Amino acid sequence: MSDSDATSAPAYSPNAPPAADNSPSTKPNLTPNLAETVQRLIERFNARVELFRGDYTVDVGIDQIVAVCQYLRDVEGFEMLIDETAVDFWPEEMPRFHVVYQLRSIARNQILCLRVPLDGNEPVIPTVTTVYPNANWYERELWDMFGIHFAAHPDLRRILMPHDWAGHPLRKDYPLGYEEPQFTFNIDKIQAKKLNPKD
Amino acid sequence: MQELTLPTSEAMLDGMTHLVSERALEGETLLLNMGPQHPSTHGVLRLLLELDGEKVITVIPDIGFLHTGIEKNMEAKTYLKAEVMTDRLDYLNTMGNNLAYVMAIEKLTELDVPPRAQGIRVIFTELQRIASHLVWLGTSALDLAAMSLFLYCFREREIILDLMEMCSGQRMMTTYFRPGGLWRDVPAGFEEALREFIGLLPARIDQYEALLTRNPLFLERVVGLGVISKENALSMAVTGPMLRASGVDYDLRKAQPYSGYEQYDFEVPVHTDGDTYARYLVRMEEMRQSIRIVEQALTKLPYGPVKSNNRKYVTPPRSELGVSMEAVIHHFKLWTEGFSPPVGTVYTAVESPRGELGVYLVSDGGPKPYRVHWRTPSFNNLQILPMLSEGHLVADLIAIIGTTDIVLGDVDR
Repeated sequence: MSDSDATSAPAYSPNAPPAADNSPSTKPNLTPNLAETVQRLIERFNARVELFRGDYTVDVGIDQIVAVCQYLRDVEGFEMLIDETAVDFWPEEMPRFHVVYQLRSIARNQILCLRVPLDGNEPVIPTVTTVYPNANWYERELWDMFGIHFAAHPDLRRILMPHDWAGHPLRKDYPLGYEEPQFTFNIDKIQAKKLNPKD
Repeated sequence: MQELTLPTSEAMLDGMTHLVSERALEGETLLLNMGPQHPSTHGVLRLLLELDGEKVITVIPDIGFLHTGIEKNMEAKTYLKAEVMTDRLDYLNTMGNNLAYVMAIEKLTELDVPPRAQGIRVIFTELQRIASHLVWLGTSALDLAAMSLFLYCFREREIILDLMEMCSGQRMMTTYFRPGGLWRDVPAGFEEALREFIGLLPARIDQYEALLTRNPLFLERVVGLGVISKENALSMAVTGPMLRASGVDYDLRKAQPYSGYEQYDFEVPVHTDGDTYARYLVRMEEMRQSIRIVEQALTKLPYGPVKSNNRKYVTPPRSELGVSMEAVIHHFKLWTEGFSPPVGTVYTAVESPRGELGVYLVSDGGPKPYRVHWRTPSFNNLQILPMLSEGHLVADLIAIIGTTDIVLGDVDR
């Protein structure tokens, strides 16, 4: 096989016989193509890259994320935002959060993870709904659960918790359980004695 | 007697005025609340509808009624104990949830899984897919007033639940797959019971199709409804049968085979119409393909252990406890403190009956997961409901909700 063949990703066809080397469960996402994509991200956007268990994680800056998504969708063909989530590193504050994007390309049959570190307890990050419209609900969930504010989001309301809920449950400084259930008749009493998590 | 007052549009909208048309605010169109306690919303889904006569102008889904904080709870449990919570996410795909979670742990710890365990995992996830599609078929046909089909589908699903009980002890909340293999091997008599079931199922699916596929009353209700184009489906990250009904042939079992799916010969049904009927056809064909996979997996199933021998992650068998001090130590450590995977972050995805089910797992090197995030297919597939149903009648909205095949446990986590 020539070099040019090796660099082009095999076209995905659902009913074709599978490739022979599928045996390990941690089959790397590492066709040469993805390595090149990552290399281009490093050059263009000054990104940092981690490789763990065959998957690339690309760290990009907060001011770059929309441009990176735009580039990956339009030029590299990552047409789906498969997942968007966050991780809280409290009591660490620099960075306190990571916002994590999983992008999938169906034509290339690859997945790429982007990660944006966020500092401080009240982080603001630009929305990617302009690039991937389905980020709408994911970002509402992140606002609801982590208190991460998405600038210029079209509909930033709570999505899973009740709309009058105080605090953001998936933050690490938010207590787990042992709380009195809130009803209309006791909400004032509960709110008065509640420890206010950093929200 | 207290005077009855109707809710005003401001009270009903409550911060959602930007989502409805001007006419709703002037009271020209009707705002109607559907759910969360409505049989055809398949769980606790609330929809706020803006109607012009019987025509749907806007649908605003309101979710979260079944939010149980599973992601938060999993952070407070050891890796093994947290697995019990995965059954409660998508309660129609318990084995599939187990699989996604244990695969994430296995990727993180580089744990090996014996071939026999892989084969049994495939058998059960495919049985689970059939069971889930049977529930979907029964309930969505029930919404369209086909009562008898509901009873037939649940009759067959019951056999699958019996098979799961036979092996795991539980009909639904199984926790049968464990990191490094299975809880235990399948019991004697399982193979005969399974062969009997997959022998009778194809004829039963023919019966269901005889009732619906060419039935003019059914076609009238589903053809051309709730169309989503290929481009929209991709940009909204719709996955699973809904994506394949819109003409994208993507199935993780073929595209990125896991758990030995590459050994089995099966086809991925694809339709291009993108409507309710296409989604129906895709799911019916998927059931037949699942039977093929189960048959092959059962025939090829090798003998051997069903658990990894890596004692840092997998408990030793009972028989070793009496003779080996080391086994006792491992047993004690694994059941009290649990195991501690290396520091790292992994994302694994499996093809659930509804689409791509992903687990994003962050380990800080301790015995409890630092963060577990579930990428659930229903969450995304529900998000396009407004797109699917705009301009249709309320009665058609029922058919469209049925065909999105959402499970609210999967949406709300």
